[in-house]
Amino acid sequence: MFKQQNYLALGAVVLVVVVLLSLPSRATSRLKLAVGSWFLPLFGLAGAAQQLPADLADSVLPRRELLKQIDSLRRENQQLKEQQAQMVAIARENDQLRGLLGWQKNVPWQLKLANVVLRDPANWWRTVQIDLGSRDGIQTNMPVLSAEGFLVGRVAAVSFLNSQVVLIGDPNCRVSALVENPGHDVGVLSATDPVDRSLVQLGYLSSSANLKSGQNVFTSGLGGVFPKGIPIGKIYDARPVEYGLATEARVKLNANLGALEQVWVLIK
Amino acid sequence: MNFFKPALILSFAFLAVFGEAMLPAPRSLLGAQIDLLPALMVYAALNADIVTLALLAVCGGLWFDSLSANPLGVSIVPLFVVGFPVFLHRELILRTAPFAQFTLGAAASAVSPALVILILLNGGKEPLIGWGSLWQWLVLTVSGGLAAPVIFALGDWCGHALGYKLRTEMSFRSDREIRHGKILK
Repeated sequence: MFKQQNYLALGAVVLVVVVLLSLPSRATSRLKLAVGSWFLPLFGLAGAAQQLPADLADSVLPRRELLKQIDSLRRENQQLKEQQAQMVAIARENDQLRGLLGWQKNVPWQLKLANVVLRDPANWWRTVQIDLGSRDGIQTNMPVLSAEGFLVGRVAAVSFLNSQVVLIGDPNCRVSALVENPGHDVGVLSATDPVDRSLVQLGYLSSSANLKSGQNVFTSGLGGVFPKGIPIGKIYDARPVEYGLATEARVKLNANLGALEQVWVLIK
Repeated sequence: MNFFKPALILSFAFLAVFGEAMLPAPRSLLGAQIDLLPALMVYAALNADIVTLALLAVCGGLWFDSLSANPLGVSIVPLFVVGFPVFLHRELILRTAPFAQFTLGAAASAVSPALVILILLNGGKEPLIGWGSLWQWLVLTVSGGLAAPVIFALGDWCGHALGYKLRTEMSFRSDREIRHGKILK
């Protein structure tokens, strides 16, 4: 049953694992990115295959429909330009008032649109990979928002072409969150049930926290990773824990983490 | 050496890992992403040599970990652990019976993620586990069991369609030919 060849194979596998697990973390992450890059040609093929039905649909769209869409987009563009002009004026006023009060100026954030190219194949992590990497100026710990502007996570690892984003609800993505209520309660978002991706746990709340379902939850700006005021979700329910010494709540996320296709990366 | 079977098995593993990372449908529908690698390990253990089995464990584990947040190399040992005992006892297993294939695929798909979680917890990592993980484990087990007969059928079909054909022995032997008539000298 146990031939010499079997012993050799067993030994080789054990040796490979021991070498891999004992490598320094930097070398491991480089090796991981190198192995992951084997899949790059398939990303391109899959992207092209996904794009093909949309291109076909566009090519058979009637001219009248296209003109209608152009007209609608022009109107929307005009409205957005007006809103942007207002926002610029408000930002300028805000900077002036901050200057008068001697507060630090707000650093403007830039947004970069990225496509979600794949999801974590393991059920015990919540990560996705996006098609922006260090060549696009992406760095670790940059906040990531959904296409609608809701918080979805942060950049965890960056390679030249791709980046790994760890999503809210993963044990490695903890977010300091502020509840929009009279008490301005602050807690920390952490992992919850592995199956339901729309709910996350909000812990470390004081026992006097006055939480009601439907209250909005935003980033608090504490911790230095996420800027203040990014919408996260709404309070779903709350209950006292630790014999009434603390409160714990569940937050229904605004972003649909299971259907992410495009995300914004906030670049300072 | 015939490289067709190892190449076929490794290509299938590569595509399986990519598909698991690319297709969100099983996760949206079932609440868990299915994993085909353990069932493929069972196929390799029953139909390939030990070198192919070891290569599949190493390459499959590396590919899986490279697309996941797992530390690199964590999935190799669990995959090899589910394939190696099957390989050692392959002469005793009814490898062509779909029930045996289902049972082995399900058992491998149940053991492999449990071992990965165990290694992660032992290494101080915090994987996302809870009561819902039991459901995910059940989905992984059943889907792995169902995938095994399909992988066996697909592997056999590819082997017949693309691999070397077996040389069939003819019953005719020239030295045993009975010749009638006069022998010419």
